[in-house]
Amino acid sequence: MPAITKFTGKAVALPIQDIDTDQIIPARYLKTISKDGLAINLFNDWRYLPSGEPNPDFVINKPEHAGATILLAGDNFGCGSSREHAPWALMSYGFKAVVSTSFADIFCNNSLKNGLLTVIVDQATHRKVIELAQADANLQLTIDLENQQFVLPDGSSVEFPIDAFSKKCLLAGVDQLGYLQNQMTAVKGYESRVGDRVRSM
Amino acid sequence: MSQPRTITEKIWDDHVVTHEPGSPAVLYVDLHLVHEVTSPQAFQGLRDRGIKVRRPDHTMATLDHSIPTTDTRLQIIPDEIARKQVDQLRINCKEFGVPLADLGSIDQGIVHVIGPELGLTQPGLTVVCGDSHTSTHGAFGAIAFGVGTTEVEHVLATQCLLQNKPKTHEVRFEGPAPKGVGAKDLILALIAQIGVGGGTRHVFEYTGEAIRALSMEGRMTVCNMSIEAGAKAGLIAPDEKTYEYLKGRPRAPRGADWDAAIERWKQLVTDPGATYDRTTIVDVTKLEPMVTYGTNPGQGVGITQAVPDPANIADASQSAGVKKALEYMDLEPGKPILGHPIDVVFIGSCTNSRMGDLREAAAVFKGRKVAPGVRAMIVPGSEKIKKQAEEEGLPEIFRAAGAEWRQAGCSMCIAMNGDQLSPGQYSVSTSNRNFEGRQGKGGRTFLASPATAAASAIKGAVADPREFLV
Repeated sequence: MPAITKFTGKAVALPIQDIDTDQIIPARYLKTISKDGLAINLFNDWRYLPSGEPNPDFVINKPEHAGATILLAGDNFGCGSSREHAPWALMSYGFKAVVSTSFADIFCNNSLKNGLLTVIVDQATHRKVIELAQADANLQLTIDLENQQFVLPDGSSVEFPIDAFSKKCLLAGVDQLGYLQNQMTAVKGYESRVGDRVRSM
Repeated sequence: MSQPRTITEKIWDDHVVTHEPGSPAVLYVDLHLVHEVTSPQAFQGLRDRGIKVRRPDHTMATLDHSIPTTDTRLQIIPDEIARKQVDQLRINCKEFGVPLADLGSIDQGIVHVIGPELGLTQPGLTVVCGDSHTSTHGAFGAIAFGVGTTEVEHVLATQCLLQNKPKTHEVRFEGPAPKGVGAKDLILALIAQIGVGGGTRHVFEYTGEAIRALSMEGRMTVCNMSIEAGAKAGLIAPDEKTYEYLKGRPRAPRGADWDAAIERWKQLVTDPGATYDRTTIVDVTKLEPMVTYGTNPGQGVGITQAVPDPANIADASQSAGVKKALEYMDLEPGKPILGHPIDVVFIGSCTNSRMGDLREAAAVFKGRKVAPGVRAMIVPGSEKIKKQAEEEGLPEIFRAAGAEWRQAGCSMCIAMNGDQLSPGQYSVSTSNRNFEGRQGKGGRTFLASPATAAASAIKGAVADPREFLV
């Protein structure tokens, strides 16, 4: 996984509350056995007309928003299912971060494990940045993971929270499995202490 | 004397393997359930790294999401992509030594139905699955939660997860439930009260008279939809009903082990004096059967109530959300939801596909006919449930009414397998999500209980099940 420290990118606003994972990627596209190729179905049912043509009114389809890497979304983004296909689809489309006032737990966990940053900001900042993005299709925002700063074009910035361990892994570009694998002595000790609480075979 | 603890804290403490400063706790997973949709990339990850499934004997796989519910499915799965996914799970289970309840097996069914059915789901366990409705297993007094595919891989590889300690939230259902108000109505009422983000980062503990009065199946229905309020998990302290349900199940303890297990399980109560981070009280005495009108499970009302008017909702973003939902649903603000015409009734899913749910529906269907033009589908949660329903003569009742009786699986809850609504169609569904397109692109879902769904099938419109109660 590539390390993430600080980046600047173009933002696009989708200020809808409670965007669920079925909107991010509908279940009928989860029959794949791969993580790849999901970009085409990102926001599928909002993004395409019944004819299959791109919906010109859907904000992400507008030519001026091409190349956006920061998604500004409404409260409780990513609610619903546990499908990791949601962050995979967002990332394969090109998004590096989603900014909202809150995220659903599983979506947030899944995103941070893949290097998609979930940036939580206060309501006032959220409102302000959405207005800016709606007024300027080329709005550039900076996310500084190391210092946990969300930087607006006027140079002002707000701090965002992030789980310390996830941050450490993201900055180093390492996945979390390695940490768990290094705990195997303790795990074996635990297992011999408690035994099998249940067995499936 | 140790500090008084909640049941959640007791189970948590029992499962922390190690907790280094600056890192999340290493939490041991007793039971890992696996299905075809969220596992292929995790098994591939193991293969790429050259590692094995550490504890196949703590792992159980089944096929449920993308499989057809047709009678010919053992011979053919027509969707080539689905067939490949199904075959991949078979390959993965064989290669990594994981037990699989395959199609045709008596153990096959929806992952959250078969765990309890096999007696794998037990009080005091940690249970995870790559599926958000894993919260279902909390009905037995377990910490059970859904994870993504990366975490599925973590558990396969190490039998552990890195987790931060969740907060606790007591949800107390006060008072006895009025006639006609069941488990589904209780949980829909809670989500309507606190919203789809009302439980985020918390584990619900459901308490109160109305919860104690529920059967294990009803408790599973309640815990199942904890995630629809955004909760990490939802659980209920075990009691005699829990033990009674588990006794004699294939994977439940036996003999002296059973007696020892009961002694352990009796400790799984929230101690007097223990505190929750939050508490919500739901007044059950005022409830009526619930139905959703919108596009998230929190947009629900009592069945005799009107569809809300966004103009009367003070909070701007909530008002915008209701407006958007009503546009999608093509419903008029202020109009009653009762009597709204429907096209399809779906009775099934990990929320409501167990024997009690099917009996509840059959009581309404018995001697009646599904309204002309309405398609009613009844999909049992597991092969065992299918067999038992057949022994009780339920399919005859459904078929005589004009409803379809299908093979076990997730079916039209998630509409991955061809069981789906057409654009613009309305369903009354006993499933858990009414998101846009959840039951098929352009489809519109009213969530409700099995009794309400069956009553609506008879009337051809959203109906009050209390009319059909004897």
